[in-house]
Amino acid sequence: MPSDDAVQSDLEQQGVFFSTLNRFYNWGRRSSVWPMAFGLACCAIEMMATGLSRYDLARFGAELFRASPRQADLMIVAGTVTKKMVPQVVRLYNQMPEPRYVISMGACATSGGPFRDGYNVVRGIDLYIPVDVYVPGCPPRPEALLHALMTLQSQIDRQNLKQVRWYGKKARPQSQDFPVPSYGPHGLEIDGKLVDPVGSLPLISSYSSPMEGEQRRDQIEHPELVRVFPDMERELREETSASYAEALEGEDQHVRR
Amino acid sequence: MLSTDELQINIGPQHPSTHGVFRLLTRLEGETIIELTPVFGYLHRNHEQLGEANSYLQNMPFTDRLDYFNSMANNHAYALAVEKLAGIEVPERAEYIRVIMVELTRILNHAGAIGFLFNDMGAWQTQLAFSMREREKILDLFEMVSGARMMCNYFRFGGVVRDLPPEFLPALQDLLEAMPAFIDELERLLSENEILLARTQNIGILPKELAISYSVTGPMLRASGIPYDIRKAEPYSIYDRFDFDIPIGSVGDVYDRFLVRIEEMRQSRRILLQALEQLPDATGSHINPKARQNVRPPVGDAYTRIESPKGELGFYLVSDGSTKPYRYKIRAPSFINLTPLGDLCRGHKIADVVVILGSIDIVLGEVDR
Repeated sequence: MPSDDAVQSDLEQQGVFFSTLNRFYNWGRRSSVWPMAFGLACCAIEMMATGLSRYDLARFGAELFRASPRQADLMIVAGTVTKKMVPQVVRLYNQMPEPRYVISMGACATSGGPFRDGYNVVRGIDLYIPVDVYVPGCPPRPEALLHALMTLQSQIDRQNLKQVRWYGKKARPQSQDFPVPSYGPHGLEIDGKLVDPVGSLPLISSYSSPMEGEQRRDQIEHPELVRVFPDMERELREETSASYAEALEGEDQHVRR
Repeated sequence: MLSTDELQINIGPQHPSTHGVFRLLTRLEGETIIELTPVFGYLHRNHEQLGEANSYLQNMPFTDRLDYFNSMANNHAYALAVEKLAGIEVPERAEYIRVIMVELTRILNHAGAIGFLFNDMGAWQTQLAFSMREREKILDLFEMVSGARMMCNYFRFGGVVRDLPPEFLPALQDLLEAMPAFIDELERLLSENEILLARTQNIGILPKELAISYSVTGPMLRASGIPYDIRKAEPYSIYDRFDFDIPIGSVGDVYDRFLVRIEEMRQSRRILLQALEQLPDATGSHINPKARQNVRPPVGDAYTRIESPKGELGFYLVSDGSTKPYRYKIRAPSFINLTPLGDLCRGHKIADVVVILGSIDIVLGEVDR
């Protein structure tokens, strides 16, 4: 509340500090978000540039890149996630202790980016783990990653100890381990069921942001028309969209209702 | 001597020293490697399949993401392939701009590779900070001309997308004047560090014959003592106009590979200085005005190769007369240079594996494609 903040800062100037447990807890947590040293592709280079001298992630308390998921609070998914790599990414996420956060850095991690139409590329890591902050760009500039960290910090500031998912007696769905897909002969499988076929569209919907509600939406979203380039020739464009329409029709029968 | 059981250790794919998502299966006798099997494909992004679905120009930004350290060199190799296929002329000024960009990329790549060497040996991020400081200065120049730091997408068929801004040449001049101090600093760190010498000398020796039979190219081949550089052996663009030397190593170990890279940075600077001198007299605009970007090359095929910072980078294109390539094949230097890894590591300690891997200088975007 703004009036409380005014009183607080007035008192702080006189050397008196009052705090609530929430505020104290969030202050501690936001000031030492340790990311995992985990790069997948091009964005990892910009992630390192953010950590180094010119951009200096240390100003935000997040300079300590840990090599082990057991010591990390934040997973920055920096780069294209392929179907061969998803099992490892999900397993690493499961190994992180709670509270844990995910930043999806760049177009590839968010949606597949330029490689979205590739047969081996996952259309967004949020199909398998929940994402807190998405960063656009290919690759995002270091400033954009800094802004993502600041956004995450302001999300942490809004946390309420009574409501966060990792405390309390009731087991909340996202506190448990996430199902680790396996790389089967036709694509990614969970419990023997094909969820992300190679060369086709995913058959699961994404996890929504933890701030919004924590369940997987029970609907499947397929893009109506995939990737039309503005400078493509007209005939080529029509040909491309016709072949995609065909591909989409073929997909419908596999959709899990 | 205590006899021990054979031990199997898996390194990666998530490991800070594997330079990306790369997995190594090792069999150890004590600490000594007896067998090493690389596993890759964790970053297979379907470049070649997507390349056949895209038009020729649409592939240009995808080449940026092959070897994401040196996007300009990838652009150059691809532009040369399409120009050969479609018979497009390149004005002289555009050639000079291209050479300037590619040589800056080479300096950037080698500085990064040397920074990561220290990372691999445990000096976590300290030396890398020096290299990245220099990298940022070069990235500023790239941003000036192309608007992007890493993925420049700057080359077009018949030239480059826009001319150099007026502030570019003075900035480049300043950079080149300050560069010898940086290179000397880097070399001092390499050659005056006892620990580094002990960790890199006589480690991972690649004999000449083995290097040739594995088709190794780039600084790795030259460190083994073979003076082979495509800029000299088969000059493309305007490289025959410049005066530069090819540094070679004598032993072929990890240390030599890094010394060769240091010397190549000096030679790149020499080329840049000559290019800056000759640039004002160059005729023509930054792009051939007659070159159509939406090319429809005649039926046929073309292979072009350049000396990219990591080795021979080649593009093989087959045209069926349409706007999209029928076949789009990439000869990636990192991938070919990685093949002798098992031979290089056998008999060394497990701690040397990451150093040897770092000395090959791989980028997984290019290895897996």
